[in-house]
Amino acid sequence: MTTTTERVAGGWVAALRPDRRYLPVLGTLAVLALMLVIGGTRYDNFLTPIVYSNLFINNAHLIALAVGMTFVILTGGIDLSVGSVLALSTVIIASLLQAGWPVAVVLPVAVLTGSLIGLAHGVMIQVFGVQPFVATLAGMFFARGLCFVVAPESIPIDDPAFTALAGWDSWMGHFRTTAAVVIALAVVAVGFLVLHYTRFGRTVYAIGGGEHSAMLMGLAVSRTKVLAYVVSGTCAALGGMLFAMGNRSGYALNGVAMELDAIAAVVIGGTLLTGGTGFVLGSLLGVLTLGTIQTVIQFEGNLSSWWTKIVIGVLLLIFVVLQRALSLRKT
Amino acid sequence: MRQALRHHLFWPVAALVVLVVANTIAKPSFLSVTVTDGHLFGAPVDILRAAAPLLLIALGMTLVIATRGIDLSVGAVVAVSGAVALEYISASSDPGSPVTVLVAVGIALGLSLLLGLWNGFLVTVLGIQPIIATLILMTAGRGVAMLITGGFITTVTSEPYKGLNSGFFLGLPAAIWIAVGLFVVVAVTVRRTALGMLLEATGINPAASRLAGVRSRTLTWTVYAACGLLAGLAGILVSADTMAADANNAGIFIELDAILAVVIGGTALSGGKFNLSGTFAGVLVIATLERTVTVLGISPHVTPLFMALVVVTVTLLQSPRVRERFAVAAIRRRPVPDGGRGEAVEMSDDGAGAPDGPGADAPVSGAGLAVSDAEPSAAPDDEKEITR
Repeated sequence: MTTTTERVAGGWVAALRPDRRYLPVLGTLAVLALMLVIGGTRYDNFLTPIVYSNLFINNAHLIALAVGMTFVILTGGIDLSVGSVLALSTVIIASLLQAGWPVAVVLPVAVLTGSLIGLAHGVMIQVFGVQPFVATLAGMFFARGLCFVVAPESIPIDDPAFTALAGWDSWMGHFRTTAAVVIALAVVAVGFLVLHYTRFGRTVYAIGGGEHSAMLMGLAVSRTKVLAYVVSGTCAALGGMLFAMGNRSGYALNGVAMELDAIAAVVIGGTLLTGGTGFVLGSLLGVLTLGTIQTVIQFEGNLSSWWTKIVIGVLLLIFVVLQRALSLRKT
Repeated sequence: MRQALRHHLFWPVAALVVLVVANTIAKPSFLSVTVTDGHLFGAPVDILRAAAPLLLIALGMTLVIATRGIDLSVGAVVAVSGAVALEYISASSDPGSPVTVLVAVGIALGLSLLLGLWNGFLVTVLGIQPIIATLILMTAGRGVAMLITGGFITTVTSEPYKGLNSGFFLGLPAAIWIAVGLFVVVAVTVRRTALGMLLEATGINPAASRLAGVRSRTLTWTVYAACGLLAGLAGILVSADTMAADANNAGIFIELDAILAVVIGGTALSGGKFNLSGTFAGVLVIATLERTVTVLGISPHVTPLFMALVVVTVTLLQSPRVRERFAVAAIRRRPVPDGGRGEAVEMSDDGAGAPDGPGADAPVSGAGLAVSDAEPSAAPDDEKEITR
């Protein structure tokens, strides 16, 4: 409301000024560009197509996780189980393929397991009023424990159909795309379309903006909230599939603490943890930012992984404070 | 009987009893404690000693949660504190002297206090959501710990430092004295003064309590500082146990265990009311569960599965909102002339476990039943309420 009146009053100058909603995302874009420029000036071969391609190839699974997490965080919730669900998905895929099941059955089964766990979270949270934090924490322990029940050791995947799918790649000029990247980008596209062009997406934003108001408006709050967790669980299992395609193995200790990376990516991507504000494309940028930090540290060559953690922490701080400042100005 | 069922300690204690009984059946000598050289030995002592760091952290976590906050950074603080203390001792000329150990502990605790103050600053002054404010330190803290140790696992031999965890005092390991002692001191301070009530007031409504003259901001900040300090102490106990500063694995996921302990103990994550006795019981449940899994010969990797089932069962059974919800639903439905649905409500009330729920003797199946039973009856009801 206020933005439109401002726009009319301010004329074309104000029209050029970006909507305040986009400021965090533009901030992320600026940070990402800055890191790429710094990397490009510091190291040769940094600004090359293969580096960009690897950025997507190495983080395809995280992109899927971040998309699902965006849905849940937009409703004002949180999903701590995604790392474990990813591991469970890799383990299920690997063990079922080893047992000789066809790929066309195995992949849907793995993804549906994620959806089911998401459904259980949604039901616990919406029907029983359990805090999202506790419910998904329990789900995290549950999925991790289940991983070890299904397969205590790492299982290699040598199914020909799966390796053919995982090994598919295509060169667009010097850019390399794999099947995992295509799937991850498709997840982003679907997430974007669902959030912005469907009734479900609008309800997700409405719940984050004010659950009670959304309820009074007659929106299907319960169903939407449960579905948001289903989306997150499904995306996590899809992420597991992409992870298995990258690693060609299933292992119960995959993706430990990956939920934190996903949450960090979503927050760095400009989504408010209180819900209601944020974009799937912002989360994609968040993942790319995290990936770029890792690339820079790899180029630095000392392999001190702790700097990754510290830089991510500092970036989180900057973005949280930025968002806080923006939301203070709004009120 | 109904009153006993409603008591906040009922479900955690019931879970504990089930675990102890299962252990005693599997291994009849489970509860026996022997005295050798005036020191007590046995599974219960082991469990308490192993639970000491978790107890300290859960204590701080309960207070933080009481103010409607959460502290995810405690695991990282554990790693930082242990790393600093052991790095100092290993760099000093005389690792075995009590003075060195004292200084090392002092530095570690001071740093932990600073980290706690940092969390409190983000939460109270900048007004950042606790979960995100502490997520920053959770991510960066482990990096800092690795920076301190240089990415290596520093091992140290220092008798006085080792004694902080496993040295015996009056028959019991020092770690138990430290953890239980501090727990009692804090519990008494909080409950015998108005402090606990002020914390609860802050948790229920920070703005209103501030208007009523409660120094909410100072209280909240203090609580985060205390939580950091307690986590630092836990870090010292953990590192004194292994005598190695492992920045990657020290205190890993201990924040989740602590939150689970608090939740099992009946403190709601939404803040306000808290009970420390419940947290104590919750810590014992988790510690005993970890022990049970090894006693029963199950792979320790499967522990999370049992932990999840216990948590789901206990939270579902004790959630007052569940009972409230069904009670409200029953009242609302009564005037509606529809017999069949009323019955469904009665059934799900049983499933949610108010009277003699299935949780006590079979937590595993109880959880599954409670979820699947109530889903169809309650979910459509909710939708109806909205559209109406």
